[in-house]
Amino acid sequence: MKKRKNIHGISTFWNILFNLLIGLFAFLCVFPFLFVIMNSLADEQTLVQEGYRIIPSQFSFEAYSYIFTSTTQLIESFGLTLLVTVVGTLISLFLVSTYAYAISRRSFEFRTGFTFLAFFTMLFSGGLVPGYIVVTQLLHLQNTIWALILPLSMNAFFIIVMRTFFQTTIPDAIIESAKIDGAGEMRTFATIVLPISLPGIATIGLFSSLGYWNDWFNALLYYNKNGLVPPLQYLLMKIERSMEFLVQNSQYMGSFDGAATLPTETVRMAMVVLATLPIALAYPFFQRYFVQGLTVGSVKG
Amino acid sequence: MSSFIKKVIRNKALLLLVLPGTLWFLIFAYLPMFGIVVAFQDFRVSRDGFFASIFNSDWVGFKNFEFLFSTNDAYIITRNTILYNLVSIALGLVIAVTFAILIHELLNKRLAKLYQTGMFLPYFLSWVVISYFAFTFLSTDKGMVNQIVTALGGDPVNFYSEPKYWPFIIVFVGIWKSIGYSSVMYLAAITGIDKSYYEAGMLDGASKWQQTRYITLPHLRPLMIILTILAIGGMFRSDFGLFYQLPKDSGALYPVTNVIDTFVYRSLINMGDTGMSTAAGLYQSIVGLILILLANYAVRKIEKDHALF
Repeated sequence: MKKRKNIHGISTFWNILFNLLIGLFAFLCVFPFLFVIMNSLADEQTLVQEGYRIIPSQFSFEAYSYIFTSTTQLIESFGLTLLVTVVGTLISLFLVSTYAYAISRRSFEFRTGFTFLAFFTMLFSGGLVPGYIVVTQLLHLQNTIWALILPLSMNAFFIIVMRTFFQTTIPDAIIESAKIDGAGEMRTFATIVLPISLPGIATIGLFSSLGYWNDWFNALLYYNKNGLVPPLQYLLMKIERSMEFLVQNSQYMGSFDGAATLPTETVRMAMVVLATLPIALAYPFFQRYFVQGLTVGSVKG
Repeated sequence: MSSFIKKVIRNKALLLLVLPGTLWFLIFAYLPMFGIVVAFQDFRVSRDGFFASIFNSDWVGFKNFEFLFSTNDAYIITRNTILYNLVSIALGLVIAVTFAILIHELLNKRLAKLYQTGMFLPYFLSWVVISYFAFTFLSTDKGMVNQIVTALGGDPVNFYSEPKYWPFIIVFVGIWKSIGYSSVMYLAAITGIDKSYYEAGMLDGASKWQQTRYITLPHLRPLMIILTILAIGGMFRSDFGLFYQLPKDSGALYPVTNVIDTFVYRSLINMGDTGMSTAAGLYQSIVGLILILLANYAVRKIEKDHALF
């Protein structure tokens, strides 16, 4: 069957032009990562002499073999970050879904108050310093794993997204019939609402995981004692800083383990590649959840 | 009073559900709001803990604010914060909407999907990783940019101590990171526009450009307004990673990279000036609140339905 020409489409000329423009930008977004990958596979001496090249003149796997044989730094940090991400995401899902469900229920007589409680935090905040004082002086969470987990576990954006999911995907009829069957609010929530809210849970779960995986700020503030295994991004940051410290007298008093060998250029690149690879490979599959979440969160906000 | 208690009992299950989250908000969001009083104190850490520290520190009225605004820093960080935000909001909006429209018109849908996925990658990267990427381009002796510069006969530029390039670098990288998801959001909105509008337009002989102007853009207006209000409300805030990690916290660049958020952080951690950094944070939060209220009020006047509240 002859394919009907799309008479509503733009002309071939504009199509090529737009493809070039958008394609170029898309390439620009991906290129730096590819560039770092290429350079992580370069021979160290060549890199030091020639600088970063798109195609290094000499290849070598030494950076990767070094990481996997001589040092446990990366693996330990991976492990810590993985733990923080899993635990944090579970806690986050618990806090967010319970709160969002309650304020999504029209029968909840305190609904407006609690909705305001959450949304007001989007308008006003105490700022960095009081938060820092609360975490360190009141809760004494510094240098504990909770300082990496708790601050990121809740925010009003998650609540908005989850509440919208509940409001749009749970028909009142289901809740009514559960009530008629004699189930209480909590049972309804746990056994009926949650299982059909999987898309919402997936969305918040993914956002939360991404936040934990990429976090370095909480480690910078609260988790920097000598001897503690740094989370992944913070490890990368400290390594970068130690290089700078040697070059220019930085104010950053890092706790970099002096006994360990300073990673060379290619090893640093390889570490970045390994730290980023999981996300880079996984995100295309989860992209639509993020798009949904971002759209819902902005429009219904 | 007893009717309140009755109300609580009636709603006890939902109240129980809402409790964990509420505790979190109270401890991590509202308690710090009370900690704002530190801005008016000469804060000393007391060995007896949080509340003792606050109650035992001297009250100094507005002295922290006087000190804050007497320095040149207050002007620089405010200027930097506002200018970067204005430029990024405006540029970001134009580019995101443009890209969304262009992507929508591409004939090969699979290619379009590929481009979108590619454009989304920067959103998932942390600023630490991005600063490594930037280093491979901007490094004085090994970076790509300087290799090209020297190959063309010029002298290498030490980017990390030359302020003048950074406004461009920061705006560029900021947009690079966010265009993926913001254009995809607008794209989702465009896909949702009822096709019959376009059919009607084409029957009337409208060109693609006219269709864009009279159908697509008006339909995008609500989303553009909401996102812009949110952005304006955040005018005094910055993406900390962008201004701290990317320039590698280089002191030489502070005149163009120091924003309110980095200033507060540095005042607290490097200088230990709790009072003044809290004052700066309070300044930021209050202005931000006023801005978002004003922006929302303005939008209510123009497009009543699309205001936040």
